[in-house]
Amino acid sequence: MSTVTCPECEAQIELVAGTEAGEIIVCSDCGVDLEVTSIEPAAVQLAPMEQEDWGE
Amino acid sequence: MQRRLKIGVLYSRVRVEEKWIFGAMEKRGIDYDRLDDRAISFDLEKPEAWQQYDAVLERSISYNSGLYALRMLNAFGVPTVNTAAVAEVCGDKLMTSAVLARDGVPQPHNVAAFSTEAALEAIEAFGYPVVLKPVVGSWGRLLAKINDRDAAEAVLEHKSTLGSVQHSVFYIQEFIEKPGRDLRIIMIGDKVLTGMYRSSEHWITNTARGGSGELCPITPEIEDICLRASKAVGGGLLGVDLVEHPEKGLVVNEINHTMEFHTMQPVSGLDIAGEIVDYVVKVAKSSDQ
Repeated sequence: MSTVTCPECEAQIELVAGTEAGEIIVCSDCGVDLEVTSIEPAAVQLAPMEQEDWGE
Repeated sequence: MQRRLKIGVLYSRVRVEEKWIFGAMEKRGIDYDRLDDRAISFDLEKPEAWQQYDAVLERSISYNSGLYALRMLNAFGVPTVNTAAVAEVCGDKLMTSAVLARDGVPQPHNVAAFSTEAALEAIEAFGYPVVLKPVVGSWGRLLAKINDRDAAEAVLEHKSTLGSVQHSVFYIQEFIEKPGRDLRIIMIGDKVLTGMYRSSEHWITNTARGGSGELCPITPEIEDICLRASKAVGGGLLGVDLVEHPEKGLVVNEINHTMEFHTMQPVSGLDIAGEIVDYVVKVAKSSDQ
């Protein structure tokens, strides 16, 4: 199990099995959206803010 | 010997839908590339890099990025799901309404105006309440239910002053007293795959806004209106949103060309991602002949 540090609140977050690069996870401590940028090694960064033309 | 197909999947975020799609690709042993739209570029003098794909599935979260990628891919002769022409129509609510009106597909009463004065006049002619929608936008963002003239004047001024130029295309729609729900129907090619009711206490019933889903049986009426709607916008892989209008019956509210199905897949029990992948392969094979 890989652990990452939330760049917002420094909480330790465990990446669950099956997590993929490009996936968005939510920090369980501060609730910020994080983008998984790499699995090996595990890394996250703050997810981009929602833009006006985002959607389906 | 038959050449092995190569598929591209253009995406921005690996949402659960993309995970399911990637999984379905891998389950079928398909040769595919994951194309992050933030990392790619198009050299217009070197289309070969893109022409290796027999088809590209577009799942961009940004309408603009997805649309321009589709335009370039289609210009390079690369088949896409959906086509740029379909994305142009479906991504713009006013364009969607225009083609639905052209083909006589039932829809809410809509009016477009390009100045706050003309918009206010149109709103007054409707009577209150009315709904103002941005022509481009999803997830129920920036929808405004206008209950009186004071609100109309304020929202129109805010849109024209604070918004981009696109917000000065005023798309005005009758407010429909719907029964607390709308319908999301998934179309694949000329087939109605499945559908669900989306319920919410709020007048915006989008599941991205907290609406919940329940399986909707596909009636002949639903099938007919969805087939006509799909044909009007150019067909493909579509999420058709229907509303039960108290006088008109079923009407098409909007049509999504990169639909999300994280609620629909578990509600329907169908492998929607697998159906999507099979459709993309079909498109790729038909272009390979």
